[in-house]
Amino acid sequence: MASAAIASSSSSFINQRRNDVGLSSFSPNTSFYLSNAKKKMVSKNIVSVMAPQSQRTPSTTGSVKTGMTMTEKILARASEKPQLSPGENVWVNVDILMTHDVCGPGSIGIFKKEFGQNAKVWDREKLVIIPDHYIFTKDERANRNVDILRDFCNEQNIKYFYDINDLGNFKAGTFFPHHDLTPHANPDYKGVCHVALAQEGHCRPGEVLLGTDSHTCTAGAFGQFATGIGNTDAGFVLGTGKLLLKVPPTLRFVMDGEMPDYLLAKDLILQIIGEISVSGATYKSMEFVGSTVESLSMEERMTLCNMVVEAGGKNGVIPADATTYKYLEDKTSLPYEALYSDEKARFLSEYRFDISKLEPLVAKPHSPDNRALARECKDVKIDRVYIGSCTGGKTEDFLAAAKVFLASGKKVKVPTFLVPATQKVWMDVYSLPVPGSGGKTCSQIFEEAGCDTPASPSCGACLGGPKDTYARMNEAQASGTFLQIRQEINTSSSLVCVSTTNRNFPGRMGHKEGQIYLASPYTAAASALTGYVTDPREFLQ
Amino acid sequence: MAAATFSSLHHKISVSNSINKAFHPQSSPNLIKLPSKTPRPSSFNSISPKPTLSPLSTRPRAAADDVAAPATAFHGVCYVVGDNIDTDQIIPAEYLTLVPSNPEEYKKLGSFALIGLPAAEYPTRFMTGGEFTSKYSILIAGDNFGCGSSREHAPVALGAAGVKAVVAESYARIFFRNSVSTGEVYPLESEKRLCEECKTGDVITIELGDSLLINHTSGKEYKLKPVGDVGPVIEAGGIFAYARKAGMIPSRAV
Repeated sequence: MASAAIASSSSSFINQRRNDVGLSSFSPNTSFYLSNAKKKMVSKNIVSVMAPQSQRTPSTTGSVKTGMTMTEKILARASEKPQLSPGENVWVNVDILMTHDVCGPGSIGIFKKEFGQNAKVWDREKLVIIPDHYIFTKDERANRNVDILRDFCNEQNIKYFYDINDLGNFKAGTFFPHHDLTPHANPDYKGVCHVALAQEGHCRPGEVLLGTDSHTCTAGAFGQFATGIGNTDAGFVLGTGKLLLKVPPTLRFVMDGEMPDYLLAKDLILQIIGEISVSGATYKSMEFVGSTVESLSMEERMTLCNMVVEAGGKNGVIPADATTYKYLEDKTSLPYEALYSDEKARFLSEYRFDISKLEPLVAKPHSPDNRALARECKDVKIDRVYIGSCTGGKTEDFLAAAKVFLASGKKVKVPTFLVPATQKVWMDVYSLPVPGSGGKTCSQIFEEAGCDTPASPSCGACLGGPKDTYARMNEAQASGTFLQIRQEINTSSSLVCVSTTNRNFPGRMGHKEGQIYLASPYTAAASALTGYVTDPREFLQ
Repeated sequence: MAAATFSSLHHKISVSNSINKAFHPQSSPNLIKLPSKTPRPSSFNSISPKPTLSPLSTRPRAAADDVAAPATAFHGVCYVVGDNIDTDQIIPAEYLTLVPSNPEEYKKLGSFALIGLPAAEYPTRFMTGGEFTSKYSILIAGDNFGCGSSREHAPVALGAAGVKAVVAESYARIFFRNSVSTGEVYPLESEKRLCEECKTGDVITIELGDSLLINHTSGKEYKLKPVGDVGPVIEAGGIFAYARKAGMIPSRAV
């Protein structure tokens, strides 16, 4: 059992949080959405967290500029105001609007209806259209939706449209764009929007990025304001380049301590969501700081910010630093200016974590806040493992899974589905050497371990999708090439999946009775090897 | 307190004083007279009627350019759900190929509303197979209603299915925002946990002016939280109508 590191001076989480909200340090016009008290007790086993400590600064007079958080500053600059406080509503200039095949057609429909059939988007270079959700399917409506995007992009001469034409082969034209002269080449296709946005250099510190997808908050890893919106709001942005946004107060999460080599960012965010619940950050910004955060790579930071929405958060932010600039060096040529929280910025609450004391976690069915230690779930028999999505399908996620398979040297005991998020990730899986393997690639290690062949990049089965989606949880049958022979087939409980994705509500991956355990790529790979939910330390130590 | 607010441009138009208030608190639950401001042939729900389908491929919604009578009350049978009803339960992802701005597909979306609710916990289904609208026009929910995805298909499916108002203990922000922006369902917050006080099938009246929910079946009344700053946006019929009223964007091209 992890040793206790709770500060004794604090009161309980709930009381502390209630005390923080709506008091004199904020202007009288502000109003916060106060999430109701958690219905669940904080797990007594997770003891490495200190109670949240509020930062109270004395009220200042209206004429003096008060310190602002990073989120407040970004929104202030984007709304051309010198000062903003949580609760204010401002019209914000949007730097990037992203949409995909599920919400794009609806947003376009609204745009045309409201601004006219011949209306032009506010800026053809600030719209990024990324088909990624329902791509490799025979569903006619899904295919039609990609066509709708294409028609619109042609009509509007949209600069960034990561199109796909040949659904049978996502690679057509990508590797040899000059040689492949087939009419249905895919030189532009990327894959999962949030990973593509980062890889293609559309995420920049200090900017405002909106997307018609809840996991748009992923981009906060770059020190920008990024949040998900619906079709109607997107239609509005398409015509005006602005949106009315309410300034959220910020929760600060300070993570210090050296990251143990069996933990990944997924464990950190599962820790946090388990702590504050699925509504703990509703209407709030989540700011992640501390030495551990600084040690994370960009992809790991993306994982952290990705699941902010699972806590109800409006946006997540991580201050830009050398790691950020290095990542961006070869990806964007547009100028940007990072913004940082003032020293005297006011935070709604602060949570501190000693990361060195954390253990690998899962979120049990059916909620992302249903936190448990992986090792305490070792008797849970599973039927499949899914490694993919914007949360857990990036290059480093696959390298992490490969590390576990390499350490074990054995074969998986359940169908193990691998869905690289983008074509770049797919290529990395097939080309990058895995450290310590003597030059083997991830794909070789996966093959030796008996995993399914890495699939075409897309959102895949993270959200179920059309019935023919690869790895979708349909009935009690495994899809893919792995033939599963079970001695007992229990149709109601035979759909247990350990997944590196972001949600596990009922029916999330298809079948309503599916049981999804959210986990890090380490934990997912370890579980694949044993056929039970497994702490990766079984293989990594 | 309703969270997403859009009040920065305008003096507030609160719901209670905007129209001739045509009703009064109920003393006897059996004598319900709810005259709406402008007479409606068949329904008490006084949100402006959906205009006839235009030849455009887009589905018209409550249009600001029409003379719209803002809602003052809702009356109907309620369907009760619990906490953390996420968007996958409201409209599972496999139906998201339906484009809400397409009138035919809008209607189809309605037929799948709340189909993702597990049968074990919800044996009484919200829709029975083959229907496009539900007999339940009021949804009562617990905490964090609409959590999960940003898919606007969620409030749209509910609206298409005939839900006029949702009364939840609390909302997830994107769902709430989408409800307000689209004008599809009226998102209200309760003071108490109404999902424990009401049962599916109870006959409900919601009086917006008084912020009151009346359960005629149980005979009890409950205070609702005032709509607050989102009132003007909802009243106008969504963010576009509101922005037009504010002069933020020009009137819609005909």
